Amino acid sequence: MNCKKYSALVFPLMSIVSGFVVGAIIMLVFGYDPLQNYGNLLVGSFGGAYSIGETLRNMTPLILTALGFAVSSKAGFFNIGGSGQYLMGWFGAVVVALKWSWLPGWFLIIVSIMSGALLGGVWSAIAGLLRAYCGTSEVITTIMLNYVALYFVNFAVKNWLAAQGHDSSATITAKASLRSPLLASLTSNSTLHWGFILALLVCLIIWIYFNRTRAGFELRSIGLNERAAQYAGMNVRKTIILAMLISGILAGLGGALDGLGNFQNISVSNSLPQVGYDGMAVAILASYNPLGIILSSLLFSALQIGGMSMSVYSNAPTEIVSIVTGSIIFFIAIKYAFEIILKKYKLSYPKFNIAGK
Amino acid sequence: MVQTVVEMQHITKKFGNLIANNDVSLKVHQGEILALLGENGAGKSTLMSILSGLLQPTSGKILINDRIVSIKDPQTAKALGIGMVHQHFMLIPAFSVLENIILGDEPHNYLGKIKYIQAKQIIKQMAQRYHLQLDLDAKVADISVGMQQRVEIMKALYRKADVLIFDEPTAALTPQEIKELMQTFRILASENKAIIFITHKIKEIKEVADYCTIIRSGKVIETVKVSQAGEEQLAEMMVGRKLQNNVQKQPVKQQKLILNVKQLTVQNNGRSKILNLNLQVHQGEIVGLAGVDGNGQEELLAALTGMNKVTSGSIQLNGQELANQSVRKFVESKVGYVPEDRQAEGLILSMSVAENLALKEYYHAPMNHRGILNYKYINSFAQNLVKNYGIRTQNVYETVASLSGGNQQKVIIAREIQNNPDLLIAANPTRGVDVGAIEYIHRKIIQERNQGKGILLVSFELDEILKLSDRVMVIHDGQIIGEVDPKTITAQKLGLMMAGKKIGSVQQEVTKSEL
Amino acid sequence: MSLTTILMTIISTTLVYSAPLIFTALGGTFSERSGVINVGLEGMMIVGAFCSTIFTLNLAPRLGILAAWLALLIGGICGCLFSLLHAVATINLRADHIISGAVLNMIAPAVCVFLTRIFYNGKGQTPVINQGLGTSTINGLKQIPILGKILFTQTSIIAWIAIIIAVICWYVLYRTAFVLHLRSVGENPAAADTLGINVDYYRYWGVLLSGFLGGLGGAVMAQSITLNFSVSTISGQGFMALAAMIFGKWDPIGSMAAAVFFGLAQSLPIIGAYIPGLSHINSVWFQVAPYLITVIVLAIFFGRSVGPAADGKNYIKSK
Repeated sequence: MNCKKYSALVFPLMSIVSGFVVGAIIMLVFGYDPLQNYGNLLVGSFGGAYSIGETLRNMTPLILTALGFAVSSKAGFFNIGGSGQYLMGWFGAVVVALKWSWLPGWFLIIVSIMSGALLGGVWSAIAGLLRAYCGTSEVITTIMLNYVALYFVNFAVKNWLAAQGHDSSATITAKASLRSPLLASLTSNSTLHWGFILALLVCLIIWIYFNRTRAGFELRSIGLNERAAQYAGMNVRKTIILAMLISGILAGLGGALDGLGNFQNISVSNSLPQVGYDGMAVAILASYNPLGIILSSLLFSALQIGGMSMSVYSNAPTEIVSIVTGSIIFFIAIKYAFEIILKKYKLSYPKFNIAGK
Repeated sequence: MVQTVVEMQHITKKFGNLIANNDVSLKVHQGEILALLGENGAGKSTLMSILSGLLQPTSGKILINDRIVSIKDPQTAKALGIGMVHQHFMLIPAFSVLENIILGDEPHNYLGKIKYIQAKQIIKQMAQRYHLQLDLDAKVADISVGMQQRVEIMKALYRKADVLIFDEPTAALTPQEIKELMQTFRILASENKAIIFITHKIKEIKEVADYCTIIRSGKVIETVKVSQAGEEQLAEMMVGRKLQNNVQKQPVKQQKLILNVKQLTVQNNGRSKILNLNLQVHQGEIVGLAGVDGNGQEELLAALTGMNKVTSGSIQLNGQELANQSVRKFVESKVGYVPEDRQAEGLILSMSVAENLALKEYYHAPMNHRGILNYKYINSFAQNLVKNYGIRTQNVYETVASLSGGNQQKVIIAREIQNNPDLLIAANPTRGVDVGAIEYIHRKIIQERNQGKGILLVSFELDEILKLSDRVMVIHDGQIIGEVDPKTITAQKLGLMMAGKKIGSVQQEVTKSEL
Repeated sequence: MSLTTILMTIISTTLVYSAPLIFTALGGTFSERSGVINVGLEGMMIVGAFCSTIFTLNLAPRLGILAAWLALLIGGICGCLFSLLHAVATINLRADHIISGAVLNMIAPAVCVFLTRIFYNGKGQTPVINQGLGTSTINGLKQIPILGKILFTQTSIIAWIAIIIAVICWYVLYRTAFVLHLRSVGENPAAADTLGINVDYYRYWGVLLSGFLGGLGGAVMAQSITLNFSVSTISGQGFMALAAMIFGKWDPIGSMAAAVFFGLAQSLPIIGAYIPGLSHINSVWFQVAPYLITVIVLAIFFGRSVGPAADGKNYIKSK
């Protein structure tokens, strides 16, 4: 037990350190002071109640898109469609909040959130159905659906939601907003909203789903050894579709909470929301563990929020943050390199066998 | 004097504590066909892997054309004129026959463009010389197993092999294809090639081999001139000691029919893997299914567990029709299954012992309550099984991957038996486990039989079949070709039947009262 | 507008949009034929687009139109260097091919925009290239009656080069020992290994060729369509090339044809206006068409399309 915990932590930590080292080297090459910049990053993300609030708020969509990616990955599928599902969720929630604003307050929030989550779920379930019944690679379909979502949402915002000639919808009514005076006052008027609490709750629910429920057991079994799961009488096709549905619902929920809590409206965008891809990275870093996702999304969120202030206090481009996060995931992917290094220095490292690898 | 092409002297190969080959020596001359005879796991394949450079011997010498050589890798073997035809062909299905043959040694111009026409001519000439029928333009994926084997042979010949090693070459062939292969062996020998072929089919040895080296438990028992040895003698040398049957078995009281398979046919890619097969298993008996690998066992097992569809026929369990039902339906109809490949089919290696033990029951009460699994129950359930079945693990949360092979198998057996099946199907239940675990697994199977369960035992180990079974059915080419009494059958007779020879006289002698 | 003019417009626009896809899809073919899944084509295109843009911006004043052509080569070389990451990760370090490819897609825009900001005073996009690869008329061929006008007047020369390269790949390369070896390690590395074919060597070639062609594709995109570099220069073309490769059954000619088809789909928003009967259809349909068509085509015709048998499987030699 202890050995396993050790190995589950040691590679992410080594990867994180290596990622920061890569970022530092690049900064040095281009004449920026890595210590100063990383210092700014830390201050920008945790330097006060406001920055902490922002960091926590920014975790919300990361947690949910990461959970979405984790659910599909546990079943052995690569749902790269987090961005599109997130966007559909954002869209779905804002549309309901704007169009049905006559609904009573709490009811409006629930319906808005649910419609966002559902739209994300439908978007992903399309890929799940195609995979289960036609065998179409979910990698391609989810990517293609991302772009369909992007252009569809842009079109819909421009033609249905925004005023003539504008690129943004109106702002949602206050009763549909997830903003909270309480949370804001606790964090010096940051944009922290109830969505964050909900995201943490969902983490717990997904942890229970993975580790305590019948459906989660089937999901993990099929992801780890489809054949053995079949011998145990599990329905592979049904589980695949369900997994993709849940995966999309989570990403859509991320979009809905961000839309109702953070943005309060929806705008035309040139490119897909980056948060979908960041969610993948968060999930991979956490090895798909829902509780680990809280930690890794905290790291990613802090890097992003801190990165914004980095360019304020120094002139290093904020993209350095994406380079660091990308490198971290690259090091996670090549963890075999760490195994070789550890072996070379004869550090005792317990061999961890994984089925089918 | 005929040239000695290959001589292996005092070869020993150890894998850790396991001795796969123990002081083995053999010799092959030009134009000679040598058969290596032995049961599964006797060490034949290891020996040939050493000769073809895939494995290095722990000690011993290899001489090729009277010169001591060290065969470091398959390339060296190739350079020395040794060609190997693996049991599982090393072919690329998406490539044409021609491409497969020349791959790695293509004739080409200075731009690297392959001279297909020239290659085709060379191979056509060789094919004529060795009487090998090949459709050079066909894709390997589309040709028969027999032709695939000819492609492998041609691959070796194209690389100028003087020694051809065949690992179980007839395992997947039809009788007609076997006949053609035997013919090819003779032609190759007449062209001064030396042939070594691994087999446990005595009929083939009698038909084509000049000499036969018998290997048992990693040691050479004897090398005989085939023309001077009888089939029975060879079979006895292969199996070894007279088989003992010292297991405590109570006589069976009831004779209720549990499993009734009638006229079962399973087709795969248009080929009948099982044809009109009939099989019955009663309460309180162990029915052993003996046969050479690849004669339809795999397909039968898949049909009897609901994994694959059947083409026609019926599978009745306690009178209930189950053919083409879901796997879960089979499980719920009380069919327990100990699969052959425990890591691929029976276990989820990176899951815990407890979860693996729960795999067949997780979905109903008391393990599942409204979609939430009761892990407290699952864990205590697992702890009980670990204790009762003596599974050696630190605790039930440990991954199954960390358990030894024998203990992994115990996890499966515990799970399947505790599910209280009416029919227990065990496929090679002791493959790759140590002696202690073998004893244990055999005891458990007999215990189940004594409690009135019906048991179908499919095994490639003759010893195991004869030791445990009340009745033995012999499967060959997808059909049951005979039923024998394990108490009276001799090893050589069973060996002959497995090789496809029908012995009518013993079929009907066994009556139920004698059991 | 006469029919031939309409056709000329449609075909030349299609070709302009096809060229990047053809090169990149060809690249994907080499990589996946050798057994390495390449989701990172998008990243390779981004690197190619960025490097080529920087090159032309700096050298166009001195080299003129030659700079644009040289820039394509530079894009290819940089894409090739970038793909080295994917090669090392998947071939030597047993990384999951899809994760490694996704990482490439994360790192490429970050690094390229980072450098853009450094080179251009913190701006996220480069200035516009003056000397792009526009459309031109092929003098000899335009004389051909009707076809000359439709196919070779105001057309994309680079697209014709791409098509010719695809044909060369198919005709010459698929008949050479080199590519036979490359394909064999993607189908059955163990069998190839027994025949003395170095699995890693050919997989490196596969990935590096895909990096070169992907980078070239990205460069073509920048030099002939966007004419500058920003984060949205490459927006899904890499993935579309990947889909074209699957659509084309991992075959150079098939991939090329599929890329032309996707090129047509991509140019729909532009040419839709010229086609009578289509001009009043809402532009959103033209925008989503390439992606929807990809999904529908894959689902209907190529559900269980069979790629190279060992695609995405790391080859670990048994000792």
